[in-house]
Amino acid sequence: MREVAIIGVGMTKFGELWDQSIRDMFAEAGLKAIENAKVDKIDALYVGAMSSGLYAYQEHLGSLMADYLGQVGVPAVRVESACASGGQAVRLGFMDVASGMHDIVLVGGVEKMWDVEDGTFVLATAADQEYEVYNGVTFPGLYAMIARAYMDRYGLTREELAQVPIKNHKHAVNNPNAQYPFEIDLKQVLNSSMVADPLRLLDCSPITDGAACLILCPLDRAKEFTDKYVKIRGVGVASGPIALHDHKDLTRLEAVHLAAQRAYQMAGVSPNDIDFAEVHDCFSIAEIVVAEELGFFEYGTAGKAIAEGQATYGGKVVINSSGGLKAKGHPVGATGVAQLIEAYLQLTNQAGKRQVPNARLGLTQNMGGSGGSCVIHILEGM
Amino acid sequence: MANSQRYTREIPHRYRLEAQKFPSGFVSLSRRYCDPISGKKEFEKINLKGTGKILTYTIIHVTSDQFKLLTPYAVAIIETDEGARVTAMITDTKFEDLKIGARVEFVFRKIMEEGASGIINYGYKAKVVE
Repeated sequence: MREVAIIGVGMTKFGELWDQSIRDMFAEAGLKAIENAKVDKIDALYVGAMSSGLYAYQEHLGSLMADYLGQVGVPAVRVESACASGGQAVRLGFMDVASGMHDIVLVGGVEKMWDVEDGTFVLATAADQEYEVYNGVTFPGLYAMIARAYMDRYGLTREELAQVPIKNHKHAVNNPNAQYPFEIDLKQVLNSSMVADPLRLLDCSPITDGAACLILCPLDRAKEFTDKYVKIRGVGVASGPIALHDHKDLTRLEAVHLAAQRAYQMAGVSPNDIDFAEVHDCFSIAEIVVAEELGFFEYGTAGKAIAEGQATYGGKVVINSSGGLKAKGHPVGATGVAQLIEAYLQLTNQAGKRQVPNARLGLTQNMGGSGGSCVIHILEGM
Repeated sequence: MANSQRYTREIPHRYRLEAQKFPSGFVSLSRRYCDPISGKKEFEKINLKGTGKILTYTIIHVTSDQFKLLTPYAVAIIETDEGARVTAMITDTKFEDLKIGARVEFVFRKIMEEGASGIINYGYKAKVVE
């Protein structure tokens, strides 16, 4: 297998992008990435999107995007794994380059979420339609049930849970592409409207439009294009039960653990080696459970550790320096790719005011559904 | 929205709680062809008695259009006495009586209506019995 590098990145601002369609956003991010990597032609394209059909009435994104990036003719395909679609696209691009099939591969993700009214229904298609959604479950409802089981078992308090979005909003202040680059306080979280008890509005990642793209190439060719590149050192993917009720332990997301083990093994590193991580904080409870599954904290302790500052600058591991899904925004299909962009910027010392000092190893964790899929990448600065 | 074929296919589990018990001990209300972990194809057909306990729950305040008129409503993950895990809406129960471990009984209820010309969807809900 060949070693693989990221040689360029591009993304739109995340937010309510009324002026931009799904193709406008992807074209902006893709052309920026191509320019940033200083490549003139790509060999293949993968685009992750969860539900472009329901959100934008547009399928067949591979061809559409190749066409609008001036790359007609290249192999191009859309990848879907719910909220992990972007991460899965990156992994397929990685495999494509690693295998020797193609050299210059564009991987991207996109979601246009603000054009539809009933977004709750679209997101719920990531859950089990016949056995969960039919019975009234929403996506926040699934994570609310994880939160209640977790709080009941470990005594996590509502106030500790609130520290996750408070931290991530604080990080987002320094991210010019973030949807909500402002701080929030405890009172605001606890007084925000109830979505699915015990989760309130400020526990939930927002509805976001956005696109993100990366250019991959064989590591030994990276220098031909740029001196700012990073190596993808490990990749791990796992599936989990589609329905939350089939998770043996409702306080865990076992696919995350499994994917992490695979990524750590491939990279030859352990959780203690990781300097920073971008994790899938679709809901406040998710960051807590994920931080435990990644091995950063013992089971049952991540809530307290995050509240004590262990997941911000100066702590054990900086989690979601970008602001995370909560404050940077969560354009579902783009999220997994945007996480690697943050890792790329950190590892090439281009993260500005949110730079993690001496960052050498970063981890990205992208998750679909209520833990039905998980994609993890471990990146190394060169 | 379900059309009538999609709806009819799901009647065995929704109306009669028809389930499957696998040699591993896994019990599934969702129709399966093999054990999800081992892939083994042997199983026994059983009918759930419709009793169990709440493992976790939530009270939903924001939902999709099809359930909007019901908010706020509770949904729970229930473990039946046979060991099947089932996600169900809670009905005929005060929110303050909801707790992890509470005993529940399944009841047959209307789930939703599909507008003026659609079909009426039925299925199971659960109520706290103690």
